[in-house]
Amino acid sequence: MKILVCMKQVPQKDAPLKLNEGGTWIREDVSYEVNEPDAYALEEALRQKEKHSGEVVVITSGPARASQVLREALAKGADRAIHLEDNAFVGLDAYNTARAFAAAIKDEKFDLIFTGLQSDDYGYAQTGVILAELLGWPHATIIMQIEKQDGGIRVKRELEAGFFQFVDMPLPAVLTIQSGINKLRYATLIGIKQAKNKPMRKVTMAEVQSALGENLQRIEKLYIPQKTKKTEMIQGSPGEMAKKLVEKLRNEVRVL
Amino acid sequence: MILVIVEQREGKLNRVSWETLTAGQAIAAETGWPLEAAVAGGSVAALATEVAGKKVGKVYSIENAKLEPYTPDAFAAALKQFIASKQPKLVLMPHTYQVRDFVPKLATAMGRTVISDAIGYKKEGEKLVFTRQMFQGKFVADVSFAGDAPWFVTFQNGAFRGDKVEAGASAAPVETVAIDVADGVVRNKPQEVFKEAKQAVDLTQAEVIVAVGRGIKEQKNIEIAKQLAEALGGELAASRPICDSGWLPMDRQIGSSGQTVAPKLYLALGISGAIQHIVGMKGARTIVAVNKDSEAPIFEIADYAVVGNLFEVVPPLIEEIKKAKAGS
Repeated sequence: MKILVCMKQVPQKDAPLKLNEGGTWIREDVSYEVNEPDAYALEEALRQKEKHSGEVVVITSGPARASQVLREALAKGADRAIHLEDNAFVGLDAYNTARAFAAAIKDEKFDLIFTGLQSDDYGYAQTGVILAELLGWPHATIIMQIEKQDGGIRVKRELEAGFFQFVDMPLPAVLTIQSGINKLRYATLIGIKQAKNKPMRKVTMAEVQSALGENLQRIEKLYIPQKTKKTEMIQGSPGEMAKKLVEKLRNEVRVL
Repeated sequence: MILVIVEQREGKLNRVSWETLTAGQAIAAETGWPLEAAVAGGSVAALATEVAGKKVGKVYSIENAKLEPYTPDAFAAALKQFIASKQPKLVLMPHTYQVRDFVPKLATAMGRTVISDAIGYKKEGEKLVFTRQMFQGKFVADVSFAGDAPWFVTFQNGAFRGDKVEAGASAAPVETVAIDVADGVVRNKPQEVFKEAKQAVDLTQAEVIVAVGRGIKEQKNIEIAKQLAEALGGELAASRPICDSGWLPMDRQIGSSGQTVAPKLYLALGISGAIQHIVGMKGARTIVAVNKDSEAPIFEIADYAVVGNLFEVVPPLIEEIKKAKAGS
């Protein structure tokens, strides 16, 4: 099976984020990491390849720093990478990002495309499904298991409130992968070494520009959420905080 | 026209559908645009009638055997036809797993976009602006549509009050819409919906919940949270990453993919407060959050905030609770 994994670099979970001066985006001088569900998508692709042989290709869009997620993926076992490299890719809406990816892979023939189910920055949860529609492929979202079978695959979709559903579908298809579908591997030293010789194709904005349009939605302003609740800070040493909190639990929350 | 598409499963409308209808009524009141609703499925006339009791201009019952069971192909095909014929300005839906599954496809097929998981809206002059969380709730963005209508918006679970939906003065007319879904459109074959195992713990009934997140760091540290839960006479729960790691069983997970709870006390230990977790617990009467990161989004909704290392705070807290209980 030939599998493409769409990956994204996002600010690290614990990174303190600051707004830029215009209040339109974050200041980009933060630490980045791979979007968590995308790491699970990569792991699933590697496992499928180990079972059924084939190829795993990883793709991302973003400035030079974004190539780090591709290098890590290559070190874990991906065969080659595609980097749509330009800072302008960061500001694309999900529709345009999907169109850029579709343009960049137009000469490829994949059986499966994986994305994480959503990103930790924008949180659109849309790019994978849009990409499927652009390619004319079937899709399934929030996937927790993938089995190859005659004429296609059987996937396990996660539904709300603890429900699941198996879905049989033909290939090629796009799947959005849920965190926790598998256990992530670490890159090995030899993997890291081999990654240096694996191909990374760079795609410029100019190469895909003709496939893009104006963004259909616009972020007017980014800001710190206004608190709707009055929060009381409990301060002091750990012992003092414990005492104060217990007093609240007893007298105000009344659970003691 | 504003069109609200409600969601049904097995002949029942879900709660978040009413919330979306409340949002539709509010936007209709502010813009003066007429409000209509639609429900799609194999046999939904009764549900359409139920919705028609609310303050809406009209309800469409979109019926086709191919809409049951749900597939993204059939839903996108049916709703595309319907929306193209009605030309609504704004299409509102709840941000459920099902809507997430088909609405980006539907909008793309129509050359349009979806503002997903919105938590509110504002009317700024003639322009409608929708607010949505970004960076896992650390920021909120005002987002507007830059292209042509129909504009698609999905609203987050809990963004509006479903019990505030206004009833109509009289029942709205219900129109049955014939939709054609051609053979071969539906490619996926869904099987029966099932539950993994019988849920051992019903957290929705717990009065006190102690929940752990990534801040607990290692599986062996779960013990300290367990002791705290026991001291409080409450249940132990967790955010998704903890259950993904197998440190606690999946049936103790709180959030969009787990249980939704509203206890008297929700004590969050080392939980940053990602949106997917918040939607499962924001209904708690009192929220106490312990986190070392003072900017963690969980503090936005906390009643009591303890900025500190949970490993330093929890042991004395257990002792104080035991003392308080012994003394009472």
